[in-house]
Amino acid sequence: MSGMLKSSILRKVVMALSGLFLVSFLLLHFSINLSSVIDPELFNQWSHFMGYNPLVQYVAQPILIAGVIVHFVMGFILEAQNRAARGKGYVQYKGSANAPWVSRNMLLSGGVVLAFLALHFYDFWVHEMTYKYVDALPEDPARYYEETVAKFVPMWRTVIYMISFFLLALHLWHGFASSFQSMGINNKYTPALVKFAKFYAIVIPGGFAFIALYHHLNHLAH
Amino acid sequence: MKLTLKIWRQQDAKSKGKMVKYNLDNVDEDMSFLEMLDILNEGLIEKGEEPVEFDHDCREGICGTCSLQINGRPHGPDRKITVCQLHMRSFKNGDTITIEPWRAKAFPVIKDLIVDRSAFDRIQQAGGYISVGTSGNPVDANAIPVEKEMADQSFNAATCIGCGACVAACKNASAMLFTSAKVSQFALLPQGQVEAAERVQNMVKQMDLEGFGNCTNTGACEIECPKGISLENIARMNREYLFASVKG
Ligand code: SF4
Ligand code: FES
Repeated sequence: MSGMLKSSILRKVVMALSGLFLVSFLLLHFSINLSSVIDPELFNQWSHFMGYNPLVQYVAQPILIAGVIVHFVMGFILEAQNRAARGKGYVQYKGSANAPWVSRNMLLSGGVVLAFLALHFYDFWVHEMTYKYVDALPEDPARYYEETVAKFVPMWRTVIYMISFFLLALHLWHGFASSFQSMGINNKYTPALVKFAKFYAIVIPGGFAFIALYHHLNHLAH
Repeated sequence: MKLTLKIWRQQDAKSKGKMVKYNLDNVDEDMSFLEMLDILNEGLIEKGEEPVEFDHDCREGICGTCSLQINGRPHGPDRKITVCQLHMRSFKNGDTITIEPWRAKAFPVIKDLIVDRSAFDRIQQAGGYISVGTSGNPVDANAIPVEKEMADQSFNAATCIGCGACVAACKNASAMLFTSAKVSQFALLPQGQVEAAERVQNMVKQMDLEGFGNCTNTGACEIECPKGISLENIARMNREYLFASVKG
């Protein structure tokens, strides 16, 4: 990656490609989550497959973790370099006059999503690892739905998840569309592509938030 | 009208510098912004004080020399104009106007409001030209047919006056808009193809060496550019650069 780090354009491309990879992963994750609302049985099947399929566990999962790490490490490197590039700052700087808030605050939205990921990893990944490798419990294809729903019983977790999804939406609103520009794609299809990216930025995080809220309210109702 | 000016004063590149307040009466709304500063300076000279140094040359929006950050925006509040084209009618009686130099590590302050923009010259020298053999019988440039649309786009890119407002506006102090305009004006013409790959690589390399920031596509540069240079140029440069890198 050192060669890449030397060129500002290649750094952006790394950011764009890792971002697009994570964007596509979100769709997969969302589809599985959605099944928990539609059919608990289906959700269990999916979850069990994801948890025990060797290809998913030993190939896809490390690639995903690497993607997350590359994206946020590169994000922090870019941010540090960009701050240094200003040098002495302005006494008055009207950023809002020429660029949208979301595009100027990717560090904030990305930082919140990263902090959320730490909680999310603790909630699900660490739990899975403990189940499988520390406690070495036997496979139980029917446990996932109950375990997941139980996570959304506490109000605090549901609220944190929803706030994080909101910031994820802001992050995607700028980042998804922006990744095409970074890769040099800006042509007559771009306005349509940008519209799609912004649609995605609302629908997917919105969907995640809906599912979290659904399970929380569902519990309250029973 | 009466104005309060807060202006960055800095003796030389090494001194610290600070904002200094000046009051100005009798400013006419038909004055240009630079004329207003001329009047301030006349007053300062009469009082035996040092005038405020600022860059200017053509005063008609074509040379790119004038460069002031006014109330937090490069070239002031209006769109698609340079400071020399800004008039005092864009302000109100009683306004306080903050005037600062462009801020970027690659544009160090020389004195007061003047910054050193030679970083742009070095980017240009790294590849912003075409090599033409002038001995023998060079082909007349006009003999090479160029599509109208390409010629227009190239011309638009070539209208960049190298003022540096894009860098000043960008939260990352990125010089992508300037560099991409200079890359594009050749990339779009057949004459520019021969050296296309080297050009984009060398110019981007020089841009990075100068210490400009990384573009994060906020679009601030396009909004503040007095010549309306578009972000499409940045995408084109990214494209050219990627192809050049893949070709090796
Ligand atoms: S791209 Fe626009 S803002 Fe940047 S140097 Fe050229 S004319 Fe000035
Ligand atoms: S002085 Fe030449 S563009 Fe303003």
